[in-house]
Amino acid sequence: MEKILVGLKRAIDYNVRVRVKNDGSGVETDGVKMSINPFDEIALEEALRIKDRGDASEVIVMSIGTDAAQQQLRTGLAMGADRAILVDAVDSIDPLSRARVFQEIVNREGVELVILGKQAIDDDNSQIGQMLAAIWGRPQATFASKIELNGNTARVTREVDAGLELVDVDLPAVISVDLRLNEPRYVKLPDIMKAKKKPLDQIPIADLGIESSSIIEDSHFEPPAARQKGIIVDDVAGLVSALTEKGLL
Amino acid sequence: MAKVLIVAEHDGAVLNPSTAKCVACATAIAGTEIDVAVLAASAAAVASDAAKLDSVARILTVENAANEYALSAILAPQVVALADGYDYIFGPSTTFGKDLMPRVAALLGLNQISDIMSVEGSHTFKRPIYAGNAIVTVTAPTGKPVVATVRTASWQAVDATNSAPVESADIAVDIPSHTRLVSVESGQSDRPDLQTASTVVSGGRALASSENFDIIFALADKLGAAVGASRAAVDAGYVPNEMQVGQTGKIIAPDLYFAIGISGAIQHLTGIKDAGTIVAINKDEEAPIFEVADIGLVADLFKALPELTNAL
Repeated sequence: MEKILVGLKRAIDYNVRVRVKNDGSGVETDGVKMSINPFDEIALEEALRIKDRGDASEVIVMSIGTDAAQQQLRTGLAMGADRAILVDAVDSIDPLSRARVFQEIVNREGVELVILGKQAIDDDNSQIGQMLAAIWGRPQATFASKIELNGNTARVTREVDAGLELVDVDLPAVISVDLRLNEPRYVKLPDIMKAKKKPLDQIPIADLGIESSSIIEDSHFEPPAARQKGIIVDDVAGLVSALTEKGLL
Repeated sequence: MAKVLIVAEHDGAVLNPSTAKCVACATAIAGTEIDVAVLAASAAAVASDAAKLDSVARILTVENAANEYALSAILAPQVVALADGYDYIFGPSTTFGKDLMPRVAALLGLNQISDIMSVEGSHTFKRPIYAGNAIVTVTAPTGKPVVATVRTASWQAVDATNSAPVESADIAVDIPSHTRLVSVESGQSDRPDLQTASTVVSGGRALASSENFDIIFALADKLGAAVGASRAAVDAGYVPNEMQVGQTGKIIAPDLYFAIGISGAIQHLTGIKDAGTIVAINKDEEAPIFEVADIGLVADLFKALPELTNAL
């Protein structure tokens, strides 16, 4: 195939302990390390492996957000993507509008395979891939832990609650990836230098003619209710009697 | 009266308990009439399960050979055809619902709310973000249907004492052929289902091998419990991923949870936040799991676990 499109979302690094602001207006982002959403990194790694095998000729990375997302796109280019597209929009843009942005880029570029993370670790929505597949009228294979390409179809192993599900999807298609698909490569310094020369196009969202609608408003943020700290028992006998006391045995 | 449509999750024979939890969420919205849609190749058995759920007004069945297995590309246009006239369209926040409901929402030109944990008003809900490290209150626009998934661990299943009428729904939609099921491999055993078991025993990286997990299984068998694992144990290859408990695995709410040799990474704690009683056995007394455990035992699990199994 010609082109694979991969979405890279800028999100708070997964090692950061997220804190809700005291006034409940959001979570603390000042001075907090930002990274590529880890599932998106796995998506990019898979696209690069497909290209390395000779099954695709170009890998395009794309982000929707502010200028700051250039940093994550440059990391994607350093990993090996050929070029990047940043669609300028507010970070709070809703999932359906994001899916529509992907659809526009898919149409402009003639993309045959879109690979996305199964969810972003900030909003934990897990929606964009499914929404894009819906408006594109194409198959979706979410939560992928294995992808095999056979000509015009992809055989995808999906991690579902019941176990592993194998589906065949005709291309073009949208695949969203789970953790066990692969281990993303480390970026080497020379690749970071090389990535600076790769093309990064910025497109204002207004140029794509997308208007947000049906917005779900975030009104208040709070920390989760804390569990009460419990008791420490001395031995197994103590554990058994504590459980018996609670009527659990 | 606001109308709610719940998309039933099932395996073709039995209704998944996640559906009764979606009904519970729907009853938390004031003044609703709740219908449950059963899309199946042959719907009778599942429909009769669903008809028993309290607060359900009626069951709508859609029988089609293409519905033998739940594939979202096939189900979504049928749900959209059924959704006309409904104010709320809900599915469970399981892999079934997470896959299906955003596709339904997008076909309707709507955004979707993921993981409803509480109902605060007719269009206002709470949901977890950042792996449960923050809870956000969200408000959907009024005057449009609300499409959402329901976080099953936050809701108690409604009772099953009802006998709602079952009606066959007549819909005509084009079913795409671009998505085809090849097979489903399940590592399922005779043990209770991890997602719904009232007692769960989970092992972590400290088990150190796949063979050592036998002592976890032995305790679980004694308790009639399901078996889970931390992401570290899954990543180390001790057990398959479908046993993973946590933000990136299954989010569960058993009455009794045993965390054995699990340090208690945030991502794991998110998956057990709503458990009734958490028991932790770990030899590291500094392990974060003890911050959330109701009963903690600082001990070598290889000694304590056989002793516990024998004591029961």
